[in-house]
Amino acid sequence: MAFSLSPERERQVDEILTRYPERRAALLPVLWLCQRQHGWISPDVVDYVAARLELSTAIVKGVVTFYTMFFDEPVGENVVWVCRTLSCDLRGGKAIQEHLEKKLGCTAGHTSSDGKFTLLKAECLAACGQAPMVQINDHYYENLNVELLDRIIDAHAEKGAEAAAAELATFASFGKPQPGSQTPPTSAPPPPTREAVRLASQPPPGSETTNPRGEES
Amino acid sequence: MSEPNKPLLTSRYGLAESWTLATAESAGAYQVARTALTTRKPAELKEEVKKANIRGRGGAGFPAGVKWGFLNPQEGEQIYLVINADESEPGTFKDRSIMDLDPHRLIEGAIISCYAIGAPVAYIYVRGELAFSINRLEQALAEARQAGYLGARPFGIDHPIDIYVHSGAGAYICGEETALLNSLEGRRGEPRLKPPFPAVKGVFGMPTIVNNVETIASVPDIVEMGGDAWSALSRLPGDGGVRIYGVSGHVKNPGLFEAPVGITMRELIDDYAGGMLGDRPLKAVIPGGSSTPVLDPRRKVDAPGEDHPLHKWHGMSEIDVPMGVDTYRALGTMLGTCCAIVMDDSVNMVEACRNLMRFYKHESCGQCTPCREGTGWLVDVLDNLVRGRGKPEDVDLLVNIANNMMGNTICAFADGTAMPMLGMVQKFRAEFMQAAADGVPEGVRHDDSVRTMVEGAA
Repeated sequence: MAFSLSPERERQVDEILTRYPERRAALLPVLWLCQRQHGWISPDVVDYVAARLELSTAIVKGVVTFYTMFFDEPVGENVVWVCRTLSCDLRGGKAIQEHLEKKLGCTAGHTSSDGKFTLLKAECLAACGQAPMVQINDHYYENLNVELLDRIIDAHAEKGAEAAAAELATFASFGKPQPGSQTPPTSAPPPPTREAVRLASQPPPGSETTNPRGEES
Repeated sequence: MSEPNKPLLTSRYGLAESWTLATAESAGAYQVARTALTTRKPAELKEEVKKANIRGRGGAGFPAGVKWGFLNPQEGEQIYLVINADESEPGTFKDRSIMDLDPHRLIEGAIISCYAIGAPVAYIYVRGELAFSINRLEQALAEARQAGYLGARPFGIDHPIDIYVHSGAGAYICGEETALLNSLEGRRGEPRLKPPFPAVKGVFGMPTIVNNVETIASVPDIVEMGGDAWSALSRLPGDGGVRIYGVSGHVKNPGLFEAPVGITMRELIDDYAGGMLGDRPLKAVIPGGSSTPVLDPRRKVDAPGEDHPLHKWHGMSEIDVPMGVDTYRALGTMLGTCCAIVMDDSVNMVEACRNLMRFYKHESCGQCTPCREGTGWLVDVLDNLVRGRGKPEDVDLLVNIANNMMGNTICAFADGTAMPMLGMVQKFRAEFMQAAADGVPEGVRHDDSVRTMVEGAA
């Protein structure tokens, strides 16, 4: 079945094309629009994009396979990326991955049997100060522990991705408690020292006693 | 001890809904841009940025004012500004805070920069994972457009400026400026041969300036204070201003801190990040992203000669040298992005090294053989060492592979892999030899599951 974008997204393509002097430059933005609609970049999507941007399918496919975030196979309803690069691993990234594998019943690189979650390992997602963390679909969930992770996954399964993100997703924050630290810290945060201005992420409660390996005690 | 500085880059971070135009403007946003565009000449603004001695905040530390000076457009050429927001270097997480918490500072900096260098269009290339930040930037741009700060006549002057956000799709290499330009043009993110440099032939074959998010976000303060005054905020000569430092890993309060250029790593860890987690001893710190060679606090600076740039710190610990582009280069490492990864004495350095080398193996674009193959071999040898299948010669093999990668490729990715690899072996050789003899004990590994390739899920 041939793929086509919704009329609204077609209009977005027209607008995107005005941003660049060359048609080809719209390739990544148009692939994103397609993936948001279709879930993955199927061969039909490749054909559509190639025709729309007047490129060969080989060129489109070559670009799709270069970038980690374009899926050339179907994925689950939600895609969970667990960061396993050094800063996260120092704070328990491995435990987060193992917990997810147990909870979702599939190993990294696979989709849960109910089709709701695809679990993938990610390289550094640039949230190192709020480690460990996962990305689910378009959102980051930071300063994780196992209990919080359970709530996040359950919320996705029960209420859907949008409601889960509204309740639990994080962004680079200042002063606003992270969902990972909703229980008030047992001690007050340290006063600013010297010219220090603390920015992202209040320390999660009990961070002083966090096992750096992230192992469940 | 110096007097506390008034926060500059981060001054609006704590305000309620700091990302909205209303909040940002009530705290002074766009005043500098308005004055600059309506009363000052582009050449004057370029001069201020030059005098500010701002070293590029993306990691390489090239003076931004000098980079701007390379522009020499030919007849009929259009200049582009490209803002690198592909923040992906392991350990680095500062640019996201600017986009999430004060996008209008970035946009104001971009407007002034476009006017100064004569660019009618700027693209902000954001890594694809940061969908939330992209959304926030888009909203902020819409507000700025609505307010008349962008478009055909920004602030009523006859110099069209438009800014677009361009989303990447998951590729560390797209932070390399020429790979970024290829990606922006709709190609695979493979770096280009230089020369020609982007300032001569960049995006769409036109002269292009590529600057980091934090560099551009510093421009409003530079123009407001004047380049000389802003430069003097730093504790070091030739490396001006303030910057956003990050700390992750084994500290009590990981996060971001604004401070002058030239604080020491010891200050950053103890005074800003609250000291070591659980008060354990500091074993090693990667100073500015994974590509910067590791520092060992037990090592002393060896600079007996009076003409040595680090003579002042002779005999002191490596972590007591002020953090600057030039001081850190003299120390044999790099300042990078100023976002440190702190490791306590529970970390096995062979394992930490293996974690990072897997990152490079995954992210190598595959264009050049020494990088594509070398990153894979480094991981294979490290896997053997960790699993107890290694030999003592393997340690020198790591050095040999790294040396054959350095300088033999199109871009600096291979150097960025080889340098930290060499630094690890140089400073923690005994630990590598130990691993060659006995492997790394199960309990000490923090990453011993097989990493499946994430491309092509399911």
